[in-house]
Amino acid sequence: MAYKLDAKTPAGELAQKWSNHKAAIKVVSPANKRKLDIIVVGTGLGGASAAASLGELGYNVKIFCISDSPRRAHSIAAQGGINAAKNYQNDNDSVYRLFYDTIKGGDYRAREANVYRLAEVSNLIIDQCVAQGVPFAREYGGLLANRSFGGAQVSRTFYARGQTGQQLLLGAYAALNKEIAAGSVKSYPRHEMLDIVIENGEACGIIARNLVTGEIERHGAHAVVIATGGYGNVFFLSTNAMASNGSAAFQCYRKGAGFANPCFTQIHPTCIPVHGTQQSKLTLMSESLRNDGRIWVPKKMEDVEAIRKGTKLPSDIAEEDRDYYLERRYPAFGNLVPRDVASRAAKERCDAGYGVNETGLAVFLDFKTAIERLGKETIKQRYGNLFDMYEEITDVNPYEQPMQIFPAVHYTMGGIWVDYNLMTTIPGLYAIGEANFSDHGANRLGASALMQGLADGYFVLPYTIGDYLSKKIQAPKVKTDTKAFDEAEAGVRARIERLFAIKGNQSVDDIHKRLGLIMWDNVGMARTKESLEKAIVEIQALRKEFYKDLKLVGTNESFNVELEKALRLEDFLELGELMARDALNREESCGGHFRSEHQTEDGEALRHDDKFAYAAVWEYKGIDNVPEMTIENLDYEFVHRAQRNYKD
Amino acid sequence: MGCFLTNSSVGKKLVMSISGCFLVLFILFHMSMNLTMIFSREGYNLICEFLGANWYALAGTALLAAGVLVHFVYAFILTINNYRARGKQRYAVTVQEKGVSWASKNMLVLGMIVILGLGLHLVHFWSKMQLVEVAGCEYATLTLDGVTATAHPANGALLMAFTFSKWYNVVIYLLWFAALWFHLTHGVWSMFQTAGFANDTWYPRLKCLANIVATLIFLGFAIVVVVCYFKSGEYFTEMANWHPAH
Amino acid sequence: MNFTLKIWRQKDAKSQGAFETYQVNDISADTSFLEMMDILNNNLIHEGKEPVAFDHDCREGICGMCSMHINGHAHGPSQAVTTCQMYMRKFKDGSTITIEPWRSAAFPVIRDLVVDRGAYDKILQAGGFISVRTNSVPDGNAIPIPKADADESMDAAACVGCGACAATCKNGSAMLFVAARVSSLAKLPQGRVEGARRAKAMVAKMDELGFGNCTNTGACQAQCPKSISIAHIARLNREFLAAKLKD
Repeated sequence: MAYKLDAKTPAGELAQKWSNHKAAIKVVSPANKRKLDIIVVGTGLGGASAAASLGELGYNVKIFCISDSPRRAHSIAAQGGINAAKNYQNDNDSVYRLFYDTIKGGDYRAREANVYRLAEVSNLIIDQCVAQGVPFAREYGGLLANRSFGGAQVSRTFYARGQTGQQLLLGAYAALNKEIAAGSVKSYPRHEMLDIVIENGEACGIIARNLVTGEIERHGAHAVVIATGGYGNVFFLSTNAMASNGSAAFQCYRKGAGFANPCFTQIHPTCIPVHGTQQSKLTLMSESLRNDGRIWVPKKMEDVEAIRKGTKLPSDIAEEDRDYYLERRYPAFGNLVPRDVASRAAKERCDAGYGVNETGLAVFLDFKTAIERLGKETIKQRYGNLFDMYEEITDVNPYEQPMQIFPAVHYTMGGIWVDYNLMTTIPGLYAIGEANFSDHGANRLGASALMQGLADGYFVLPYTIGDYLSKKIQAPKVKTDTKAFDEAEAGVRARIERLFAIKGNQSVDDIHKRLGLIMWDNVGMARTKESLEKAIVEIQALRKEFYKDLKLVGTNESFNVELEKALRLEDFLELGELMARDALNREESCGGHFRSEHQTEDGEALRHDDKFAYAAVWEYKGIDNVPEMTIENLDYEFVHRAQRNYKD
Repeated sequence: MGCFLTNSSVGKKLVMSISGCFLVLFILFHMSMNLTMIFSREGYNLICEFLGANWYALAGTALLAAGVLVHFVYAFILTINNYRARGKQRYAVTVQEKGVSWASKNMLVLGMIVILGLGLHLVHFWSKMQLVEVAGCEYATLTLDGVTATAHPANGALLMAFTFSKWYNVVIYLLWFAALWFHLTHGVWSMFQTAGFANDTWYPRLKCLANIVATLIFLGFAIVVVVCYFKSGEYFTEMANWHPAH
Repeated sequence: MNFTLKIWRQKDAKSQGAFETYQVNDISADTSFLEMMDILNNNLIHEGKEPVAFDHDCREGICGMCSMHINGHAHGPSQAVTTCQMYMRKFKDGSTITIEPWRSAAFPVIRDLVVDRGAYDKILQAGGFISVRTNSVPDGNAIPIPKADADESMDAAACVGCGACAATCKNGSAMLFVAARVSSLAKLPQGRVEGARRAKAMVAKMDELGFGNCTNTGACQAQCPKSISIAHIARLNREFLAAKLKD
């Protein structure tokens, strides 16, 4: 049965939609809020801000996170900044411009109304964070400073050194702590959601595993919010944290929630290149480096070879022998083109043989010009910690030699389908932040992930969830001794037992690395019909191998990281296939999704708006069955779709 | 408000800081007084007489004793707390961190050496001076190099000359001063830190001040002891027949 | 490179732990310390043994999850980095590396190298926040804040809550952690409003949870992966004492 998707986009002028909608939706009285329970899974920017705001409103909130403290969530690793349409720089920024840049950056595959709302509340986020004590960078006059970021021609990015994500998360975590202290939020650290419980078609709780004791717990609530981030770790090597996973979202999908645009993956252009087969994590260098750094490869092949051999240093290459290929191809935006464009351009040069390290998979990010122009001290002030980090990892001093960078998997724009209220296809189940699909289309602009997580958590969900919960004010406390909970718990236990019973020969990482390679080679930066079909076959085979040959040590009843990883990999093995299927279906190139068959003469992404101006929403049909796709048409009322142009 | 000095960690540390500060000031006074000995034994004895069994001297002694006691008792309370906080299981490998002074990690041990030295010092001097006077005991008779003298409680100079004529006393006292030196190099700047009067600009200055104070105190005391050792016979003879003016 | 690893193994909080010795070979110098641990663990799994449990997540030095005491140093011998940011080129080929969990009464061992740092959360819950409601705030530029103050606040806010300070301190004191939060908020006008209440509540909670007393050794600052200065401890002392003296 295909979904009947209703995005619940409010009618009216773009700028009025959100206010109209807020006026129209129901609210819950304080007395009734006290009777209602909400579960929030995940404590990153979205989860923490939502839980804190909901707690403040008077709901009883339970939060779950897999790490030892809510503060560890991977939002913390965001370096560069957060966008807002404050126009503090007087450079003609506005809510509309931020909206337009985001829609365009997402290659016209996001929902207009959602994106406009995001831009609209962006200013509130900055105010909120400042009041919470987030130490944003300031100018000498004491007012907030800004910097520029990819995909924008204005300076609208607020930042706290290279640790913006950390500071914003600490702000949200502090708000959460305030509510924990007040008793409105109860925290469950080192707990992993393993299933969502559905009763009468509505979400009513979760099954969670206590990661310290292995205990399987039942938690009931009147609504469940998924804020568990993205699934980039399906690639094994990514900039995501080691424990970041797609499992909570995948359980929702398995239980009937639609999964939208799974193939939209962002490959971040500025990561430290892979150094060997034993690597387990890729390190991101902030996009802010592209403000002052210039990206290049040598023009002459003999220089490339000399650099690889070590007979020439990058700094030996004369200015006229350098190909600043982003500045050459995109004069208007130069090194600040959006991430997907920058990544593909790097791939294009490396494919042409100009990669500058032994593997041929690296380009230079050079600060020579910036150091000459601004002085070493200024560069040190701006990027000192990033430069130190680079040197620590690579043993190369970036003040003297350019950094080597290469694209790596970073963010997933796809996610659980949600309507304008951020509710999934399952009533009572919400998805916010990176876990949903709504705001970034096919490509996310830098400094917009933090914006979306906090927008959803502070300023959208606390309102929209009331509309649903207003119908629940008569509902009693959710009982967890029902059949639905029994079945869900039994399912989780059976799943764990099954994995232990395999007793094969390959570790979780052995298999995960192979999945990662399949994904990177076939569902990575450039995809073709053949590569995707190959990926599907290979993933299916690997999945069979997983169920036959997994070696899992230890027991369920203990702190067992291998078990956690095995359960997550099991989901990745299905999710990977889903991504490939979605990519196969989408016969166009847009944003982070590049089908080699669909490109312009100069190698730019070629969209087919007539056929694919929709969100593909997938419905689970069983592990070895093909999922069913329903489409949500993305009707653009206000923006004219054009081919993205960053050239002039 | 009284309770935060006994029940909060920062409050307890403030007590250490203030009592420590008081003791440093006393030691500086004691050192200046001792230095008189080199220039004038008579003058030195005048001060001893002044600090005899008078009410103000006794009150001062009591206050001083209280200061030492508070500093000492709090040190033990804090150390026991700290020991518990460290947990039962200890690290198998530990190192001296860069920029961390040895003294800072051994303040209790250094303090105990200082206390032991203090005990000996009280036996050597206080018990033969203020205590004798207060208790009304008989004056002791001292003999050095064939010269015999009655040790009047206010004849501190005689007692000094006698005590430091023994090389082993000199060694013990020098060791004692060394322990005090270490204790003060950390203690002096630390009392500012604990009271909240420190920052990155002032750390080098405060640590420099701590080293100067500690070194001054060490030298001030050590010089007197060494001079007394070399001139013990001369001083003893000079003061053998000294009687207080009153 | 080859290494002998002496690693603390402990089944759970109640069990007695002990060191076990392992060998890892053919490690490239560019391998990170935690990747080396991954390699060891993968080997152990293939031998049918349980891998060494250790906390880690972002591997970029920001989440504060990793927490190993390596050769006597919290986070290892490098200065100003977390365990995850250490690379094997820092170690001598063929050497023995001793790896222990954080040792502090307030951080009980959960398993192997994993400890429970919930006490830090509890301290922050006691007052490490500014009591503002969502949406009930002035414009971000309504209150100008001198750049130097904002910068100093940021210096303190860089704390990742890893626990190295208390784990390193011979007194098991959490003062640097508490001070970082108190100081960061105290430097901002919005944080000053409830500054006195915050300092008192957080110190009281820290004491209650069994952390030790600061004796100003500065070991915390030396081992802090974010090089947070003990000047923030001085500020905490000042804030706390001033608050108490007003009571």
